[in-house]
Amino acid sequence: MNFYLKKIAATSAILLSTAMLSHAAQTDITIGMQLEPPNLDPTGGAAGAIDQVVYANIFEGLTRYQADGSIAPALAKSWDISSDGLTYTFHLNEGVKFHDGTAMDAEDVKFSLDRARSEDSTNAQKALFAGIASVDVVDASTVKVTLSSPNGGFITNMAWGDAVIVAPESIANAATSPIGTGPFVFSNWVQGDRIEMSKNDNYWGAPIALKKATFKFISDPTAAFAAMMAGDLDAFPGYPAPETLPQFAADPRFTVIGGNTEGETILSTNNKDEHFSNLKVRKALAHAINRQEIIDGAMFGYGKPIGTHFAPHHPDYVDLTANSNYDPELSKKLLAEAGYPNGFDTTLKLPPPSYARRGGEIIAAQLRAVGINAEISNLEWADWLKQVFKGKDYGLTIVSHTEPMDIGIYARPAYYFQYDNPDFQQLMKDLTAESDPAARSNMLKKAQRIISDDYVNGYLFQLARTSVINSKINGMWENSPTQATDLTGVSWSD
Amino acid sequence: MLHFAFTRLISLSLSLIAASVVIFSVIEIIPGDPASFMLGINAQPDTIAALRDQLGLNGSIISRYFNWISGMLTGDFGISYTYRVPVSELIMARVWISLPLAIYALAISTLIAFPVGLIAAANRGRPVDLTIMGTTQLGVAIPNFWFAMILVLIFAINLRWFSAGGFPGWDQGFLLSIKSLTLPAIALALPQASILARIMRSSILDTLDQDYVRTARAKGLTRSQAIWRHALKNAMIPVLTIIGMQFSFLMAGAIIIENVFFLPGLGRLIFQGITQRDLIVVESVVMLLVFAVITVTFIVDITYAAVDPRLRRKQ
Repeated sequence: MNFYLKKIAATSAILLSTAMLSHAAQTDITIGMQLEPPNLDPTGGAAGAIDQVVYANIFEGLTRYQADGSIAPALAKSWDISSDGLTYTFHLNEGVKFHDGTAMDAEDVKFSLDRARSEDSTNAQKALFAGIASVDVVDASTVKVTLSSPNGGFITNMAWGDAVIVAPESIANAATSPIGTGPFVFSNWVQGDRIEMSKNDNYWGAPIALKKATFKFISDPTAAFAAMMAGDLDAFPGYPAPETLPQFAADPRFTVIGGNTEGETILSTNNKDEHFSNLKVRKALAHAINRQEIIDGAMFGYGKPIGTHFAPHHPDYVDLTANSNYDPELSKKLLAEAGYPNGFDTTLKLPPPSYARRGGEIIAAQLRAVGINAEISNLEWADWLKQVFKGKDYGLTIVSHTEPMDIGIYARPAYYFQYDNPDFQQLMKDLTAESDPAARSNMLKKAQRIISDDYVNGYLFQLARTSVINSKINGMWENSPTQATDLTGVSWSD
Repeated sequence: MLHFAFTRLISLSLSLIAASVVIFSVIEIIPGDPASFMLGINAQPDTIAALRDQLGLNGSIISRYFNWISGMLTGDFGISYTYRVPVSELIMARVWISLPLAIYALAISTLIAFPVGLIAAANRGRPVDLTIMGTTQLGVAIPNFWFAMILVLIFAINLRWFSAGGFPGWDQGFLLSIKSLTLPAIALALPQASILARIMRSSILDTLDQDYVRTARAKGLTRSQAIWRHALKNAMIPVLTIIGMQFSFLMAGAIIIENVFFLPGLGRLIFQGITQRDLIVVESVVMLLVFAVITVTFIVDITYAAVDPRLRRKQ
């Protein structure tokens, strides 16, 4: 009898201690993502999913984006800029090691930048490095980068995921086993299911709270809902089933975050199209669109109206929505003036994301009300890239431009919306050469006004990024100044 | 017999060659370039050209076709454009989910269908039979993805007995992996079991009308004795044919269920391959499935001929 009593006491003691252990803060996290990255080399592909896994977690650059969108030092602890704006001298943090134990030094920086700008480079954002004339190693912890012309955005360019510092010894295998300098070490990838990473105990920067992170790939919105509700996932940044958000918001176990992104969602217009080459037609198009109806109908109310191609949370943003307010009567009048009193037929080619597919239906209905008959065709991404982006065979399309600070695309006449305005192109050249913050700010504001007044595209809304997270998680990014799931500041409360 | 096997073998090779030509050309026709898909909308043309070169996309269609075929014959399926790992590795990882899932679902479906079909046949026209027929009619009609969502709602979200999906990997423990395949297997098995049970029932009833069963009954066997001793064996041939067909369907056709339960199986590999224009993966997986189905058909043909002498003589 006594024996059994002892056994029971021992068992309950064990149970009690495990119960107490489970009260200590959790140190692992499972994050849901809709798209699986095709590979894990951020310097060799455009897929946003790559950066969402590796940026700041596994790979780091000379500088980095912070949660509020500002740029902070990372592997470079400081830098000096020569008075002519041509020479950047980066002072690197010392004692930084790659995950394979090799040291990160000036040679690695030179290798990474030279590799990204080389002739056979497959870097998707090669333009970031285009202005670099030479990269020189001064000593092990100092690198001198010389530009061919001044570039006020160079420090920001170096914060992109495409500009992370990699090592010549390990880059060949980065697609499947990435080796960086970040606070997490890549540990496992079950293709189609998940990627796991664990804490880097030799991290050079401030220590992190998490010991293990798992990214799980769930493409189906209903499955994503089920996985959150069942507790399989701790967080789902960019949650794909907005119709279920009220349910999460009402549940104390979860927090719903509606954050900003850098995604200007626009009704891209072919400026060389027979109808849309006419400014009056483009203006008519802009006034035919009811933005709030699209945000409510397609985005469940999440998203901020924009009147130009610029992120509303940026300090230099100018609210130009009134320039293209919803006014179907004015729209009809403009169409008549342009010679289309009975409207015309055009195409509306939609890529797969729901903002495009759902928004496209609403826009087509709004355009029909003023006489423009837009025939919708739904395309897969690869087909969209071929027909619309490369072939420029379209009238209208809807796409979210998610790269940060990308107003410069309006200076590329060969870009798919084919806007060719020499004044704007000159303004962008001046902007690149200007490093005085006040002057830059004025130029950016002027640029926003030019494209708004030219009605280059229909400006719809800034894409929101709603995330559902466990209420006990702290430190997740609310906004997405760049595509990233930065876990360095994330922790659990008890 | 040898002559029969030989002609079947020739027709098998011809089917494979024809299939490879069709698969290759259909996939080459799909619009969209893998390199521009991978590099996105900010990439410069020279970057895309450099990547196309790396991926070996610049040769002529004919030379790429022969490279693909000769690679497959030597077991080299090529390197996935997007994942940059050998296609054979990708396929192997997926097969170890799709194959067990198919076997699991088939086992459940057979375990349900056999007794249910037998009971219905043995009670033809009685309330039990009518109930079973009504229920299986419903089982055939219910879409399996809807049933899957209901299972998730009940067992994952409300009861929390299972996770809502995903696959931990066999190295994480056999039971854990089997557990994660249970809800998908049930969702897949329900319609299959309903079909199989109905086939089982009608097949037994067909044989019950045959002369040899009537003779057995005349010799004094009861209805169920006649079923057990004579009808069942002969009723199995159509049932086994259906099971064979269901198995090939379950291997490749579980894609919707794989999506609901986010399982990384073969169906999703093809689906992802198509959307990402990872053409080499799509070509190889589809070819492999065609090979599997044609080979199974070949084996079945040969077995039929071995069992039934009439088939041999016809040649």
